[in-house]
Amino acid sequence: MSWVTAADRGLAVCEVCGKVGEMAENARCSRCQVRLHSRKPHSIERAWALLLAAFVLYLPANLLPIMETRSLFGVQRDTILSGVVYLWGSGSWVLAIIVFIASIAVPLLKLLSLSLILLGVQRRSPEQSLQSARLYRLLELIGRWSMLDVYVVAILVALVQAQSLATVAPGPGVVAFAAVVVLSMLATMAFDPRLIWDAGSAQQPSERTCESKPSTTS
Amino acid sequence: MSTLPIACHECDLLLHKAEVPDARGVMLCPRCGAELCRVGPDNLQFLLALTCTALILLLLANLFPVVGLNIQGHHVDTTVFGAARQLWRDDTPIVAGLLVATTVLVPLVELSVLAWLLFPLCSGRRPVAFVPLFRSLQLARPWAMVEVFILGVLVSLVKLSHMADVLLGTAIWCFGGLMLVLAVLSTAFDHRALWQAWEEARV
Repeated sequence: MSWVTAADRGLAVCEVCGKVGEMAENARCSRCQVRLHSRKPHSIERAWALLLAAFVLYLPANLLPIMETRSLFGVQRDTILSGVVYLWGSGSWVLAIIVFIASIAVPLLKLLSLSLILLGVQRRSPEQSLQSARLYRLLELIGRWSMLDVYVVAILVALVQAQSLATVAPGPGVVAFAAVVVLSMLATMAFDPRLIWDAGSAQQPSERTCESKPSTTS
Repeated sequence: MSTLPIACHECDLLLHKAEVPDARGVMLCPRCGAELCRVGPDNLQFLLALTCTALILLLLANLFPVVGLNIQGHHVDTTVFGAARQLWRDDTPIVAGLLVATTVLVPLVELSVLAWLLFPLCSGRRPVAFVPLFRSLQLARPWAMVEVFILGVLVSLVKLSHMADVLLGTAIWCFGGLMLVLAVLSTAFDHRALWQAWEEARV
């Protein structure tokens, strides 16, 4: 089955109001006067830049302590993983699993799968368009849940203060971790999912209309 | 007007309006399965009522403490701003800013913008600065993380429960209510209906 995209017909959908309009250089939406783009400009470059920054920060986010607990018995430094181990050890398995998924599994899987999608688009692999599109939609949905550990640190720091028992202070890891979450969310937003389908259909130029052929085959 | 094509925002597939929404009122893209639009209850006043409810809940959620601790008769509690102030003092202003932005500022901006847009539209007038405000609404949406914050509070309570009696504050119930109202709001929100109301309204 051949699909016709808006770009094939020389049309573009407005990012703000969703109205389909004629695509031309510096064209503006007839309803809301916002500039039209057929695809998000420099989408792959921006997504890679943000993604690489997130990869770099992923290491300090997991290795540096996110929280320091000072008590009579000395200073205890907690990383994200030791927080999960603590929850598991204290018998809260459900929460340990939730925190493990939100803080360790999701950020790593998110970075890896966005890299895979980007590589797939750049290699123009046609087979996995639907899987990539579904994966991308999932990434948009779950990315925010990684903020969980940042909130946990915030609450603990605020509550355990100036008491005889212990003082909790945020560690350097929490800044790196928050940056990973924000950067990977920005990378997901910078990426244009329509490129997945462009890469998929570029392999079958016969299905496309004649006028769009020269621009899509490279 | 009825033959005006629409295009999927995720795969750029060109569709004509013949596509009908399913039983839940959701229209899906036949190629990639993205949600094209959602036919909400065609009633802007319903949205406005939800927005006002959410604004009140958000105000209450920030006035009252979220959680408290009882350590040997010594009571401490904290609001969202209290937590942010402590993070600021502990030399992590970025995290403090992120906390306030994602739990208070972004939902506040989102809801006030929505109220600003819906009030005039309900009486058939065009709101001032509709286009830039609608754009800001789209940009703000992913950064409101009330539901993640609630889970964060619960996790920290479990972590603290071994050393002290933990008390749920008034604000956590307000945040819970806010979460539910925001969920209903995003389900009922049909951006097409909003744009249609804007086109039909007086300038």
